[in-house]
Amino acid sequence: MKIQHLFALIPFIGLLGGISFANKVTPYVAGMPFLLFYIVMWVVLTSVIMFVIYKIDPVNRKEEM
Amino acid sequence: MNAALIIIFAFLALSIFLGIRARKGKDMTLEQWTVGGRGFGTIFVFLLMAGEIYTTFTFLGGSGWAYGKGGPTFYILAYGCLAYIMSYWLLPAIWKYAKENKLMSQSDFFVSKYKSPYLGILVSVVGVIALIPYLVLQLKGLGIIVSEASYGTISPTLAVWIGAISVTVYVMISGIHGSAWTAVMKDIMILGIVLFLGIYLPLHFYGGLQPMFEAIDHAKPGFLALPASGLSTSWFVTTVLLTALGFYMWPHTFGSIYSAQNAKVFRKNTIVMPLYQLVLLFVFFVGFAAILQVKGLQGPAGDLALLRLSIQTFDPWVVGLIGAAGLLTAIVPGSMILMAAATLLSKNIYKVFAPATSDKQISTLAKCLVPVVALVAVYFTLQGGTTIVTLLLMGYSLVTQLFPALVFSLGKNNMVTKQGAFAGILIGVLTVAYVTVTSSTIAVLFPQLPQVVKDMNVGVIALVVNLVVTLGVSVVTKQAAVVKKSNEHLA
Repeated sequence: MKIQHLFALIPFIGLLGGISFANKVTPYVAGMPFLLFYIVMWVVLTSVIMFVIYKIDPVNRKEEM
Repeated sequence: MNAALIIIFAFLALSIFLGIRARKGKDMTLEQWTVGGRGFGTIFVFLLMAGEIYTTFTFLGGSGWAYGKGGPTFYILAYGCLAYIMSYWLLPAIWKYAKENKLMSQSDFFVSKYKSPYLGILVSVVGVIALIPYLVLQLKGLGIIVSEASYGTISPTLAVWIGAISVTVYVMISGIHGSAWTAVMKDIMILGIVLFLGIYLPLHFYGGLQPMFEAIDHAKPGFLALPASGLSTSWFVTTVLLTALGFYMWPHTFGSIYSAQNAKVFRKNTIVMPLYQLVLLFVFFVGFAAILQVKGLQGPAGDLALLRLSIQTFDPWVVGLIGAAGLLTAIVPGSMILMAAATLLSKNIYKVFAPATSDKQISTLAKCLVPVVALVAVYFTLQGGTTIVTLLLMGYSLVTQLFPALVFSLGKNNMVTKQGAFAGILIGVLTVAYVTVTSSTIAVLFPQLPQVVKDMNVGVIALVVNLVVTLGVSVVTKQAAVVKKSNEHLA
């Protein structure tokens, strides 16, 4: 198990494991019901995490072309 | 003919023109036609893959679900996200193997990995059966869009025929090159239109996003979260997981993996893909805006929410642009599906039984099968009533059954045998079929279980059964092979 695999697990825990805690309408965040905001937040975080994985994964430097 | 229809048909003509132009200077071998000669860079692959997500199902269905079901709709945002994470490792592995072995279709992958053309036939049959309802869904969406935007002058039946014929012509002429160019046009339009609608409508009718949600919550308390039973959190978790696993198992999606130039394309795309998905958020907003403005759309009619609200709010030319965007969201996936189905039927089923057929003949046969598949889909579109969503969910559950055999085959020492893969897929698919036909849920099958288990997506059962059988049969057949070998050794 490499560090990037651990990173990749984070959104799974957030989106699947955290959903029962986030399942409520209030408080509204950024105009959205809390549940929707929570999912949107994880979508954005996933993008950030994938960026980090992309940068630390040596395979992307090897295949420079 | 009103302004809306003129605009819609202008875009239809433009997409066909792009399709014809895209093939210029290319010799249309099967490899060019179906996987674009494996020459697509980051942007094309991105758009082709993203195009799979923005189908009529998300355009009309996403807003329709927001309108009719509320909170559970948000699952659509979550599953893509998890699928993209897996794709970082999954797609480069698939692509690399496909390139080294010159594969064209999804079945080729299984044939080559498990050295079994018959497994290829099974995978093809599963794929084609799953694709038909998906295609039906696109055509149905097309019918709704064109007939609504024509303010009733074109009947849905006629609209379905127009759509089916144009997709067919266009696929036969240019193959995947046409889809890629139309995908470019489609994504620009959909981005513009969805952002505009999703921002404008809540502002116009409610004075903002939060006032809109507050008004909905006031009218329907709890509608914006997941309910305690039915489409509950345990439904959410299992459905997101299953659809994420099935995401890349569709034959046409699998096929577009092959079109990439190099493996890095996929890894790079995983950074932007989740963000790009947020466009769907604005589709949801439109559906929510319609709740208190367009009343009384029951059940499947909820799919009309976006168009009804637009017709009620805007001039015909705006409706025309929305309709044109909707049309393109049906044509791009529609053409990919047609191509994938035709390639599977000719290369992975017909050729196994007639091995002497030359590649050129297979290529011709694949193109000739396009109108046949389209006709079958038109037939089901005009026949089918409310069962469409059931069929799509069945399609998703069907293709997900390919996941275990695929993942095991990517490992260094694959412990799954071809018999194991075959038996697992078959039993998984039969379970899905049984569950769908008898419309069983876990609650019906096992009424004594707690609510958390009862709400789980029934596809979980099929996948578990599949996995157990795959591994069980593999162990048995591997041992049998060892025994046979040692017997031969003794004799």
